[in-house]
Amino acid sequence: MADKEYFASGHRGCAGCGMASAVRTILNAAGPNTIVANATGCLEVMTTGYPESAWEVPWIHAAFENAAAVASGVEAGLKARGRREGVNLFAFAGDGGTFDIGIQALSGMLERGHKICYVCYDNEAYMNTGIQRSASTPFGASTTTSPAGSVIPGKTQRKKPIAAIVAAHDIPYTATANIAYPLDLEKKVKKALSVDGPSFIQVMCPCVPGWGIPSEKSMEIARLAIETGVFILWDLEGADFKNIKITKLPPKPRKPVLDYLKVQSRFKHLVDKPDLIEKIQKEVDEKCKMYGID
Amino acid sequence: MVKEVIKGNFATAVAAKLARAEVIPAYPITPSTLFPEQISEFVNNGEMKCEYIPVESEHSAMSACIGAAACGVRTCTATSSQGLALMHEMLFIASGMRLPIVMPVANRALSAPINIWGDHSDTMAERDVGWLHFYAQTNQECIDLTLVAFKVSENKKVLLPSMIGLDAFVLTHTMEPVDVPEQDKVDAFLPKYESPYCWLDPARPMTIGSFATPEYYMEFKLAEEMAMERSSAVIDEVFEDFEKRFGRKYQKVVGYKTEDADVIMVMIGSMFGTAKAAVDNLRKKGIKAGLVKMTVYRPFPTKELYALVKSAKVVAIVERAYSYGHGGPLFADVSGAFYNMEKKPMMLNYIIGLGGRDIVPKDFETIYDKVKPSMETGKARMRVEWINVNEEAVKEAEGL
Repeated sequence: MADKEYFASGHRGCAGCGMASAVRTILNAAGPNTIVANATGCLEVMTTGYPESAWEVPWIHAAFENAAAVASGVEAGLKARGRREGVNLFAFAGDGGTFDIGIQALSGMLERGHKICYVCYDNEAYMNTGIQRSASTPFGASTTTSPAGSVIPGKTQRKKPIAAIVAAHDIPYTATANIAYPLDLEKKVKKALSVDGPSFIQVMCPCVPGWGIPSEKSMEIARLAIETGVFILWDLEGADFKNIKITKLPPKPRKPVLDYLKVQSRFKHLVDKPDLIEKIQKEVDEKCKMYGID
Repeated sequence: MVKEVIKGNFATAVAAKLARAEVIPAYPITPSTLFPEQISEFVNNGEMKCEYIPVESEHSAMSACIGAAACGVRTCTATSSQGLALMHEMLFIASGMRLPIVMPVANRALSAPINIWGDHSDTMAERDVGWLHFYAQTNQECIDLTLVAFKVSENKKVLLPSMIGLDAFVLTHTMEPVDVPEQDKVDAFLPKYESPYCWLDPARPMTIGSFATPEYYMEFKLAEEMAMERSSAVIDEVFEDFEKRFGRKYQKVVGYKTEDADVIMVMIGSMFGTAKAAVDNLRKKGIKAGLVKMTVYRPFPTKELYALVKSAKVVAIVERAYSYGHGGPLFADVSGAFYNMEKKPMMLNYIIGLGGRDIVPKDFETIYDKVKPSMETGKARMRVEWINVNEEAVKEAEGL
């Protein structure tokens, strides 16, 4: 634990908010010489209600789709002032601001090679606006724009593999992380800040209202995502996927996906649909095979 | 002073270099492309010390400007038309965050149909975004107004961004002789920018761009308007300072033969030069016509404009933009500004030169002919008319 906290308590996040936990871990790992560019979203809304702020480091928010572009400008501004050295520069955005509306700005930032650590706090839907599906929402999840209907049972598309897309830009460091593994996250943040160029960390963050889970269960459910193989913890330097490192292996045998699905109300309509559960299990199995876990 | 024969785009790039802009994120778009080309050439040849960011869109150009300006450095970009429209969202944020970004805009028509030529639809659609608006008539004005804009925007009483309109091709791509000011004189006019309030500095953590509830929002916006109002006097001061240092006089509005004029045509941009030739012709025929050019459009120079046109019988607003379902935006602004004046001239609106349609001296004589019956009867015949359109095409459209 850090001596000083850089993400102050008293913000308006829900009890059990996965994102708040991630941000706290990340800021404490980075320390005081840090600047954050934040996309519009839950994180911005719950931490900066004027005239209060939960940020003990300099922080800027401009809009939704452009955290990467704003951070690019901040980097250039710091360089122009001769103050770039020693400053950890982050862009924070949710999955909507990263997978969907912000992917162009993110890709531009990666291609231009800015030394920015881009953190996607991935809670798998547009939670700030009341749980709408995003490209990160997993197959089958019920959201307000992919509701579990009598004909269509939730989201029909799969989750976009954002970290692999980012890594394909051949940047120095890409990682996935999960709030249930804070030491792994901390290590990845330090690694990301040490490289010369862009880095990217996708942090899986359960959302209590969005996932329909009890507030005291967010860590447990985040861990289940790893133990079932639904979410894989890895990191990679460069774009050669042969060099991928799995940083936390699930137990052998992996827990069944049903263990993860049945504790979240966004998936509750699937529990009595064995064909869909089987489909999800099969896809997870295939993914684990692809990543060399099984 | 060095006399150079240069294009309007080049003039704005030279102005950014003379201003020692420290960060320039930019994205190419016709007819503004020469700006990022020229800046990158200056930077790559070591002629300019600047962080040039070749962003992947205009939206990101303005976003990166915002990030850089929040570090307290002099920041600039340029764009046009669709590019400006793509920035739209970020323009409000730049002004709302009180960042003195400066942006020359090559005035070009908006799609559809796609068209790369000149009119003022792009900047006119951005008149409510909290930016100062300047318009150049010549390439000399492109360079001078860009320098002026930095000085006004960065003034502690203002701290608002500025855009400078320059007409597509007529200015952007046309070579004109321009007095390029010496670097030391520009340095004295425009010293290094130091943000007076806030920048992103780990030694002094600050939250910039926070979330404001209805309890606070209006005061932020009113403060912005108060700054815009204060900018009016600052513009006058800076124009005066500029004249002392560089010998060229600028005014928010410029009149031509207005003193005794019955009809005054009010306009923006390069067509002022063309219209002068028309007024000279009309004067030769004994017609008392005059002109006004608006160099500053936001803050709206009501007082200065009224002083020039109040004695005319008719004010004809001649403009290269349109607000569909109503009329020209400049017309709406002028008539709104004059509404409570005790004595006001009749006001008529003429739409001209959209999408780069040529504007020639004869067009202004046509406008005079259209004004005449209204002036003689004292009754406005038609509030808005489009000039120099294909009558057959109009008839066909009417039949739909």
